[in-house]
Amino acid sequence: MVHGDEDLASLHFLVPGGAGGGWDTTARATGSALIAAGLVDSVSFENRSGAGGGRGFSTMLDPRARTLSMVMVSSTPILVRSQRSEYRQNWRQLTPVASMIGDYGAIMVRADAPLQSLAQLVDALRADPRAIKFAGGSNRGDTDHLILAAVFQAVGLEPAQARYVPYGAGGQAMLALLSGETGALASTVGESIHQVRAGNVRVLAILAPERLPELPRVPTFTESGYPVEFLNWRGFFAVPDLEAVQRDRLIDVLTRLRSTEAWQAMLRRYSWVPVFHAGDDFARYLDSQETQIRALMHALGFLG
Amino acid sequence: MFDGFLAGVDTAFTSFNMLMVITGCFAGTFIGMLPGLGPATAVALMIPMTWGLDPAAAIILMAGVYYGAVFGGSTSSILINAPGCSSTVATAFDGYPMAQRGAAGKALAVAAWSSFSGGMFGAVGLLVAAPLLAKLAMTFQSPDYALLMLLGLTAVASLSGHGQVLKGYAMALFGMMLATVGTDGITGLPRLTFGQPDLVDGLNFVLIAMATYALAEVVLGVLEDRLPGDGGATARFRDLALNRADVRAVAPVIARQSLLGFLVGVLPGAGATIASFLAYSTEKNLAGATARPPFGEGNVRGVAAPESANNAATTGAFVPLLTLGIPGSGTTAILLGAMIAHGLQPGPRLYADHPEVFWSVIVSMFVGNLMLLVINLPMIPWLAKVLRLPSHVLMPLVVVFCLLGVYLVSFNPGDVLVLVVIAAIAVFLRRLDFPMAPLLLGFILGGYLEDNLQRAFILYDGGLGFLWQRPASAVMAIATLVCLVLPLFRRSGITATD
Repeated sequence: MVHGDEDLASLHFLVPGGAGGGWDTTARATGSALIAAGLVDSVSFENRSGAGGGRGFSTMLDPRARTLSMVMVSSTPILVRSQRSEYRQNWRQLTPVASMIGDYGAIMVRADAPLQSLAQLVDALRADPRAIKFAGGSNRGDTDHLILAAVFQAVGLEPAQARYVPYGAGGQAMLALLSGETGALASTVGESIHQVRAGNVRVLAILAPERLPELPRVPTFTESGYPVEFLNWRGFFAVPDLEAVQRDRLIDVLTRLRSTEAWQAMLRRYSWVPVFHAGDDFARYLDSQETQIRALMHALGFLG
Repeated sequence: MFDGFLAGVDTAFTSFNMLMVITGCFAGTFIGMLPGLGPATAVALMIPMTWGLDPAAAIILMAGVYYGAVFGGSTSSILINAPGCSSTVATAFDGYPMAQRGAAGKALAVAAWSSFSGGMFGAVGLLVAAPLLAKLAMTFQSPDYALLMLLGLTAVASLSGHGQVLKGYAMALFGMMLATVGTDGITGLPRLTFGQPDLVDGLNFVLIAMATYALAEVVLGVLEDRLPGDGGATARFRDLALNRADVRAVAPVIARQSLLGFLVGVLPGAGATIASFLAYSTEKNLAGATARPPFGEGNVRGVAAPESANNAATTGAFVPLLTLGIPGSGTTAILLGAMIAHGLQPGPRLYADHPEVFWSVIVSMFVGNLMLLVINLPMIPWLAKVLRLPSHVLMPLVVVFCLLGVYLVSFNPGDVLVLVVIAAIAVFLRRLDFPMAPLLLGFILGGYLEDNLQRAFILYDGGLGFLWQRPASAVMAIATLVCLVLPLFRRSGITATD
């Protein structure tokens, strides 16, 4: 098999969820941008849903099912589910390749809500931590709840005191906020950006290292004196114990993809924020996020 | 608004967009006809094919696939008792007995006319009242949904045959138990999964419907030596024209259930499946014991009710999607993702920024529903020929379709095993004269009931305050009580005169 110097002949994307979901969109957008940019000769996709993503994970670990050209798309919930033992697997069993995009946590209220600023929210919560109900689009102990827990911890309150109301999906949580069922929403910027642009929802602050170009007037928690970040990354993992040469070739292709017009078009199409960590840097990032998530789950009483 | 509407008419009636409506309806009908493959799969399959299209054409195509799949889903329910998607499960209750009686053509024709009317009614509702109805959808909260599901569960009695009511409630409880398998929607912890990863996502509704109906039916046919299929169920073109008595029987049903179905569809937390079950049970209750033939044994009204309701609800689901940007179901969530990918922002801004898209999608639905009728009616005699296959050919085919349909949804061999196990349990229960419809009702409503009730308790500090603080909840609580108590009086009245 003779490859070009850096180009890849083929790439097989394993999507551990159904067609049309977030993982699926990320994999297909990356794959078609790679083809459009001429970085890979052919790509294929495989949806292997089931067990909340665990079936796709098992496929990557199964020596009979996996191939060297296989990459699995994943995101922050992979860390949560391993911690809760929903998966028997852990990301350390795979070869981290790179995160491509990320979505920062945010706390939102309705545009016409009496709470206008982060300071008012913090005052209200300090007076009574149970005064405000927060909707979220994930189960208790999963991403949106962890975002809320991180905020409570950062402002010096007990995360377990937060009133978190879980909904089946981000859209339903948004509806709960809009209909007044809850007073606030813990979610991510990307999940809510369309309602923000429509002027229905006000973002009080984001859990990002710095302000986002999309929302120049929304402060970060860190600049407001509450240092905290929470990122839902989406990225790719290769099969276990991939040789360094092959891993570096994957990283190289994805690095070059970032500056192509095809990839920039995808970022615009989906309003994605690029967050690129690759190789060892990605592994270190996952390690620190795992520590953060463990601490938050512990504070919420999910880990003994 | 009127300018926007005219722009929408202009956009919808370009020859290319008309082609998209027709393509979408065709693709949707055929995917929907395959047992197990429902609208969610159909729409997801279409997304990659829409990339080169402009946004209006793409959404018109995908919307056509969506309601086309719901339209076509009734075919396999009626012919082989294997529902194409969850919203056509209730259609099998009377559609399949009609087909067994040799009236497959009429059942399919009633389904087609009801689907058409429901879809058309929904499109009119969407056209004239979408923004208003969006406000209605916003007033409905978790406690109200919990009580709506509870009200729906009172239909158990009407889904059970004579002398089966107690068994019916037992089956509804069993269905609710099956709904608890998988990840708890509130705590996120796995329940009753026995450490099996295949059970973590819970059981699939279409899988349960296939197991308890189609697969169990084949096995029972063999055990009881009453294999269907050899009957000369022929449908000629003249069967497709409903006679005056049929029209008189189904017209009021279609009118009522299109309205009810549309309203249920507008609610982001309900949907076409719940609408079809509610429609079936209300019609059965309205018809009473005097209906000839009885509901469940091939009454045309039992086909018309769920078919008009599920298509109206499918159109109704576009209200929260287009006006609020909120998806009410898995399928609309996929549609929402596709719209965003095409640079559209569903929600109030869609109406302002892209009025031609907003209106052209709605206008295309009128054409689409007409197309579906034109596509489907002439096919009926050909489809009904399936039943003329000798049973030793048809029955193995049904088994293959069930196994394949379940496998194609998830590509998971574990699901096929679960299908066989549940079918075995269903055969055992059906031999003991336990009705299966309440099981499906308990399963579909149980999950929604639990999640919404748990949320209601979180919102109201573990109390029942919502019963008197929320008028919608209170009204439905009272309606539930009436539905439970009224039959007791009616029955004692009958025994008194006996």
